[in-house]
Amino acid sequence: MAKDILRVENLERIFRVGSEDVHALRGVSFVIQEGEFVSIMGTSGSGKSTLLNILGCLDTPSGGDYIIDGVSIKNLSKNEMSTLRNRKIGFVFQNYNLLARTTAIENVELPLFYNTSVPARERRERAKEALKLVGLENRMEHMPNQLSGGQQQRVAIARALVNDPVILLADEATGNLDTRTSYEIMSLFQDLHEQGKTIAFVTHEPDIATFTTRKIKLMDGQIIEDAPIATQSAAEALAALNLQKED
Amino acid sequence: MNIGNLIKIAISSLFRNKMRTALTMLGIVIGIASVIAMVSIGQASTQSVKGELSSMGSNMIMVMPSRQHRGGVDMGMSTSKSLTNKDLKMLKENTRYVAAVSPNVSTSKQLIYGNNNHSSSISGVDPSYIDIRKLELKEGVMFTDEDVKRYNKVCVIGKTVVDKLFTNGENPIGKTIRLGSIPMTVIGVLESKGQNGMGNDQDDIVLAPYTTIQKRFLGITYFNMLFASATSEEESELAATEITYILRSNHGIKSGDVDDFEIRTQEELVSTMSSITRMLTVLLAAIASISLVVGGIGIMNIMYVTVTERTKEIGLRMAIGAHNRDIKLQFLCESVILSLIGGIIGIILGLIISYAVSRLMKLPYVVSEMAILISFIVCALTGIFFGWYPAKKAANMDPISALRYE
Repeated sequence: MAKDILRVENLERIFRVGSEDVHALRGVSFVIQEGEFVSIMGTSGSGKSTLLNILGCLDTPSGGDYIIDGVSIKNLSKNEMSTLRNRKIGFVFQNYNLLARTTAIENVELPLFYNTSVPARERRERAKEALKLVGLENRMEHMPNQLSGGQQQRVAIARALVNDPVILLADEATGNLDTRTSYEIMSLFQDLHEQGKTIAFVTHEPDIATFTTRKIKLMDGQIIEDAPIATQSAAEALAALNLQKED
Repeated sequence: MNIGNLIKIAISSLFRNKMRTALTMLGIVIGIASVIAMVSIGQASTQSVKGELSSMGSNMIMVMPSRQHRGGVDMGMSTSKSLTNKDLKMLKENTRYVAAVSPNVSTSKQLIYGNNNHSSSISGVDPSYIDIRKLELKEGVMFTDEDVKRYNKVCVIGKTVVDKLFTNGENPIGKTIRLGSIPMTVIGVLESKGQNGMGNDQDDIVLAPYTTIQKRFLGITYFNMLFASATSEEESELAATEITYILRSNHGIKSGDVDDFEIRTQEELVSTMSSITRMLTVLLAAIASISLVVGGIGIMNIMYVTVTERTKEIGLRMAIGAHNRDIKLQFLCESVILSLIGGIIGIILGLIISYAVSRLMKLPYVVSEMAILISFIVCALTGIFFGWYPAKKAANMDPISALRYE
């Protein structure tokens, strides 16, 4: 049986806005196993961002428990959470969040600076490998402003992969890209999934969600749908898009 | 995270904003450069004043009669007749630490040679006077004890007097000049000493045997002043004590009564002068350090702007695993590196400025290691002090809102 990467148990998150309590999450429970490619869907206000923040160890739940790779985040200190983010989680953001005026390879190296177990001389090697994995081996010395949006997102994915995390957390990773580039990025995610990576993909676009293997749908802080779906191939969708153009 | 990585990250961040880095540094550069230059110029002038004073004879002792008071009226200094031949004789014979003594009686007369005339002050002194005052003869000879004994009408003159009287470039030696109505033969010319620290011409001088001045010019038997030299600089205090003792017993002053004379050693003068210039140095350094503070505030200002501007970067670094401490140290490192590099450039610039000024003002070139060391430490502290709050602000950011910051 596959290993549990994420286990979320009865998660609650309450924000205090003025004198009112806002329940962003009301008892969310699910498990993501190794090798899954899960999309987390929901409209804005559904609680998916809050959930993602907790899954990414950026925020702590008000109730319930969250176990990542066997580690419960209950009672962890801020520094322990930071270390957890560094070793176990790879973030991919909507707006890439690359350092300006910094080459692609230096951007990818960044997480390794905060990982004391990686010796300095290994950094460059690992960053090169990660860039190769996303197909940017000949763009290593380019600055972000010399790269297209899709390429920038690939650099960000390489950065997320470089510490060999147990899970990739993507937050609207295709939100800033056109359809074609979105499909290319999804195709890259599918490749990574085939290589055994575990991915959680937050999105509000239904067509993007069809490229994943399982859909979790949130509404008003609760899960209203959680089921495996018939996965489409992003590569095929891309080919179809090309055909359409030629017509 | 180890310190090497931190420094690497800090330096690459500084390099990403070269212009801003350079401008921020400029504040520190100017601050440090002005401190270094001011201190070094101040010390150079102290040194030049000291050198000048010791060229006047570092073991010189001056004895002056005290001001006379009669019935509560200050009679001034020159009215006192307390310093006499007896004092001179005793001081010459009965002292151990006094190497030489010369009286000084002075008067002012018009000097005349041919069609030229010049007003100057004339000093009646002992032959040992030129040793005490460290004067040197350029030509001719100094008058002798024999001249003193016979009230001979001979004199030794300074360069300014030569220039004023012997305008045709004649050799003054052997010529007779008139001092008022009395003709005197020039037997020696003094080496030029230029101006002293107060701007007085030290070459406008006529020396004659003190007896000649006393008997032929003034008709007095007392002295205006005594000049003495101690056997060495260290022993000038002992010599002063000795002189005090002899003069007190000569003048019949009972113990407990005040002296009727004043003694000034050159050492006192040197310490007074150098304390003045030292104060000046401190003042200059204080003014210069204001610009250092301004530079420091510049760093703080820029660091605050940087932290706000790089909110997203901070959020990202936190998301990929930077501890709060890493963020704080990174920004602290940036401000310390900024101020240290600024400091090094400032030190070099300060040394260049002080070298240029010393050449321009003909002062000795003094490099103050102390000032360099202190300003280097101040730089590091400036970086830490003014970088601390911006760094703390950065470290305390919430990663979620930092990532969302636009």
